[in-house]
Amino acid sequence: MAERKLMKGNEAIAEAAIRGGCRFYAGYPITPQNEIPEYMSWRLPQVGGRFIQAESEISAINMVYGAAGAGARAMTSSSSPGISLKQEGISYICGAELPCVIINMVRSGPGLGGIQPAQSDYFQTVKGGGHGDYRMLVYSPCSVQECVDLLYDAYDKAEEYRLPVMILGDGMLGQIMEAVTLPEMKDAASFAKKPWAADGTGVGEGRRIINSLYIVPDELEAMNRKLQKVYDRMCENEVMCENYRTDDAEIVITAYGTVARIAKSAVDVLREQGIKAGLLRPITLYPFPKEYFESVMSSPTVKDIVAVELSMGQYVEDVRLAAAGRKKVSFYGRSGGNVMSPEDIVEYVLKEVK
Amino acid sequence: MEKIIVAGFGGQGVLSLGQLLVYAAMYENQYATWLPSYGPEMRGGTANCSVVIDADKPVASPIIAIADTLIAMNKPSLEKFQANVREGGLVIINSSLIFEKCANKNARAVYVDANRIAHSLGNNKASNLVILGAYIRQSGLFSREVILSTIEKVYASKPQFIPSNKACFEAGYNLEV
Repeated sequence: MAERKLMKGNEAIAEAAIRGGCRFYAGYPITPQNEIPEYMSWRLPQVGGRFIQAESEISAINMVYGAAGAGARAMTSSSSPGISLKQEGISYICGAELPCVIINMVRSGPGLGGIQPAQSDYFQTVKGGGHGDYRMLVYSPCSVQECVDLLYDAYDKAEEYRLPVMILGDGMLGQIMEAVTLPEMKDAASFAKKPWAADGTGVGEGRRIINSLYIVPDELEAMNRKLQKVYDRMCENEVMCENYRTDDAEIVITAYGTVARIAKSAVDVLREQGIKAGLLRPITLYPFPKEYFESVMSSPTVKDIVAVELSMGQYVEDVRLAAAGRKKVSFYGRSGGNVMSPEDIVEYVLKEVK
Repeated sequence: MEKIIVAGFGGQGVLSLGQLLVYAAMYENQYATWLPSYGPEMRGGTANCSVVIDADKPVASPIIAIADTLIAMNKPSLEKFQANVREGGLVIINSSLIFEKCANKNARAVYVDANRIAHSLGNNKASNLVILGAYIRQSGLFSREVILSTIEKVYASKPQFIPSNKACFEAGYNLEV
């Protein structure tokens, strides 16, 4: 019988990561994600894992770099200003081809900003917040159950592609409580072997070096070509997206994460008023669900696209790229930690679009 | 679907009142979300949570602009949220601490002397359960039995509180208003 519990998003993320194999966590406190390190601090020792409260975000990400290099299923979490501090480490981890999981429970910025929900780290997350040509698999769950489902398999994905998997949430997702069904603990014996890990095994088989320094241009270019093939493979296989009432829709609202839930309610209200609205919700932000957008943008039924997000306009840029001038894309955003209600979205659509 | 805002001072049990509703929904195989305030208003001493319960389908928006019910445990909460209650909605007012009447004349106001009742039952901390009892009676959202069994399950690790919590809930439930 599957276990059904009422959990906060942050707690569910921590538990699902552990059930998915996480045995090392390093982090530094910041609102609104503190339940993650708090949960990890008592839960990881119960399963033979290690929890470290680092002296800073920078050390935490570098501890994850080391643990991942040694073959551990490692994780760190933070919120926007803390994730900015981790960017150097994230770039190094990508350069060294190491799998790990990173959680960003976004708060409003710039700077120290506020602690309320925001989606203003979209550019940082999907366009590479650190330096160099790297990409990550970025998930944007909208419910506590989706957090669990995505986290549970996140290490398998990270190890398949040898790159970080990032979860982009916000304080709403971290603080909300919903009923969830938790899966069984994964058996570590089933995990793929890591012949590259510097874990002290394989003596006499050749050196295992974890490094991101390629001083010879041809070698670094070859490395970047190799990484690009990994990203291409990820784009082919990992896209996730939800269509809601888009079949006959004339107005397609698009939003991700918690905002997509609010937009979903708005779609229902608009439908009740006889307006054919639908919702396109990317679950992976990278890879961007291009084909899902293509079918909307090339549809003769769809007249208007409305991008809704908690920022001054970041995600909307990728939506406009997908539209390629074929559809009018309107933008409705809130910022500073203010969150729109379904009624706000309905009002925007009725006033500005319809 | 029922959209409820529960608001009051920190320590009045507004967050746990909201959680009890969501636990009851979960035990009844319904869908529910509980979203607490965690921002600067908390630091001013007030707390609130938004609870959405749907018997049939997963809850989409956990954000409530227009509520079916407001449970106001103190005066600032009534003042802040009463205008957000829909026409024909319900406002449950803790009249132990709020001496004003509800200004939203389109909603139905129910006054509950929750602190005094909880005190008379020897459980000063359970004014929230008195209010819960009154709310359940007025709304019919769940049966009395479902809430009593939810209290047993949620407080299973603190069994010493179960009898008095149940008594406070029953006292609120049995109020004739």
